[in-house]
Amino acid sequence: MDTVCRTYAGGMETGTVEDGAERAQGEPVWTGLPRGLLRMRRLLLVVWLGPIAVGTGVLLGWLAGPGWTAFALLPLGLLLWGWPMLGRNWRSWRYAERADDLLISRGVLWREETVVPYGRMQLVEVTSGPVERHFGLASVQLHTAAAATDARIPGLDPEEAERLRDRLTQLGEARSAGL
Amino acid sequence: MTVPTPGADDAMSTTRNTTPEQRTAAEHRTGVEQRTAVEQRTGAEQQPTAVHQAAVEDRADVDGEISGGPAAVVEQRLHPVTPLRRAWAPVAVVIGWAVHDPDGAQRQLTRLDPSTLLIGLAVLVPAAALYGFLTWWFTHFAVTDSELRIRTGLLFRRTAHIRLERIQAVDVTRPLLARIAGVAKLRLDVVGTDKKDELAYLGEGTARALRAELLARAAGFAPDSAQDVGEAPERQLLKVPPGVLAVSLVLTGATWGTLLAAVVVPSVLWIATESLWTVLATALPLLGAAGASSVGRFVGEYDWTVGESPDGLRIDHGLLDRAHETVPPGRVQTVRIVEPLLWRRRGWVRVELDVAGSSNSVLIPVAPREVAESVIARVLPGVRVPDAAELVRPPARARWCVPLWWKGYGLAVTDTVFAAREGLLRRQLALVPHAKVQSVRLAQGPWERFKHVADVHVDTGANKTVTARLRDATEAAALLHAQAERSRTGRREALPDRWMA
Repeated sequence: MDTVCRTYAGGMETGTVEDGAERAQGEPVWTGLPRGLLRMRRLLLVVWLGPIAVGTGVLLGWLAGPGWTAFALLPLGLLLWGWPMLGRNWRSWRYAERADDLLISRGVLWREETVVPYGRMQLVEVTSGPVERHFGLASVQLHTAAAATDARIPGLDPEEAERLRDRLTQLGEARSAGL
Repeated sequence: MTVPTPGADDAMSTTRNTTPEQRTAAEHRTGVEQRTAVEQRTGAEQQPTAVHQAAVEDRADVDGEISGGPAAVVEQRLHPVTPLRRAWAPVAVVIGWAVHDPDGAQRQLTRLDPSTLLIGLAVLVPAAALYGFLTWWFTHFAVTDSELRIRTGLLFRRTAHIRLERIQAVDVTRPLLARIAGVAKLRLDVVGTDKKDELAYLGEGTARALRAELLARAAGFAPDSAQDVGEAPERQLLKVPPGVLAVSLVLTGATWGTLLAAVVVPSVLWIATESLWTVLATALPLLGAAGASSVGRFVGEYDWTVGESPDGLRIDHGLLDRAHETVPPGRVQTVRIVEPLLWRRRGWVRVELDVAGSSNSVLIPVAPREVAESVIARVLPGVRVPDAAELVRPPARARWCVPLWWKGYGLAVTDTVFAAREGLLRRQLALVPHAKVQSVRLAQGPWERFKHVADVHVDTGANKTVTARLRDATEAAALLHAQAERSRTGRREALPDRWMA
């Protein structure tokens, strides 16, 4: 697909969906996620798997013998495999605000693309856990009357999340439709 | 005071008694679909005088109405037999205990002498009666121009406001004992209501009049004339003869499956263990399941009548427990046509439907295909059920993803519905009107990607997802966007919530 994929270089410059030229063509303008999410996930990976690898290595080497230290390679391997995987997963996430609906595309092996018409939104939720807050991130989740609708955008800048929430709310009101 | 003033606007009643966090959450709502059932609770600890205040209010109620707004809201109570509906519970507990532990029960009974028994009864019966009376006394309902308000609770007060234009269905049910007593239960299905929001019990005449009034108000008749509109005329569309229903149940695999299990499992257990108790413990539930799936279904679906009226679709059924459902126009989210293997030769189908917030799911238990299709055309106006030739199968390479069963999948998109078929032996065709689509998703696993196929999920408001499986990936991507577009334009032409306004 021929898409414009911006990866959030300049903070608040994401509001360019407004310009009518691109919208008229019908080709979605994709926006990626900020790099902070990738940093957070990688840090979490290291924070969890690093000590596990060291702990297994030291404990097994001390209790069972030096040969058993090889088991520490297991979490280490997982760490080395997970590092690029997180990168691929992060790159796969993107969203596009079109005139009448929101598009969310994600996943590397299990790809999923969701289309939610603005008129169907019941509730827009902005959440931010303690870890996410530390990294200055927030997620936006859209709810429709169908529980199966899985429209979540994780790891946005809080300002972008709030902008998105306000815009979606506004568009939802303008295009409101019942059940 | 927990009594809402009749003049209070909706925003007020949504946010009243909420903490600041809740209020922000409420403000974040898009306002598209306001909360349909607004609920308000008051705990006894927060308001020590709640009971007292309620007593004062109720003295005012004796006069029939509460003044305090421009239009007085007339509050009503349920039928006086209501307290008796839980009268069987203590008896059932005693019987259950006696069956569970017969020796212990015998010993306790011999120790009881008549005087203790009498004293016990003299305390318990009035206490239970008082409790029943008080719960009845403190339960009120009122119909306003836009809402049905239910106010209950003795210590923990609860006020539910159910908005009439959000109504998805109205059910009037009459269980066997209620039929004998001449009363009925009325339930308004709105997204978010639960079991306790039903009005049980009302007099049969009251229930019928109330249903007519609620539907007239929901339809958008002028507030002052709504009470006099009366019941809408009904035109019968279909009646299932008992013989056909019986034959259809005989031809259902589930009936024989449970019956077979009820015979085979206990016999095997008898040979293996020769213990009577084990055999009984397994045979009884299995027999119960077999009975429920055959006799139970027959009794429940006996005399199934589908009718049509300006109020919407009417469904009446039941031999012992009678149920009457009304689904206003434009509330049906999905319709499924199920065709079990053994019915195919006779050309019979079963039709199921999904309405948001409602637990009823059967439209027609059994009917010839043409009849069923004509009923569907009435339920979903302008919709024609695509026939087998129109349903496009997945590409042949899909056999590597789902061997054999891939042939059962099929998809047809007409200008009014998204229709997806699944199943090889028991075929099931699901229809979603474009206007009812909440969101569209495309999903593709690694193996599907290798085979260049993908699944398209269509989510509806009744929490049902209809899936077109294993479509060609390019076709699926086009379908995803085309379906989102269709559902948007479909919504513009959809009926308004107040269908008569």
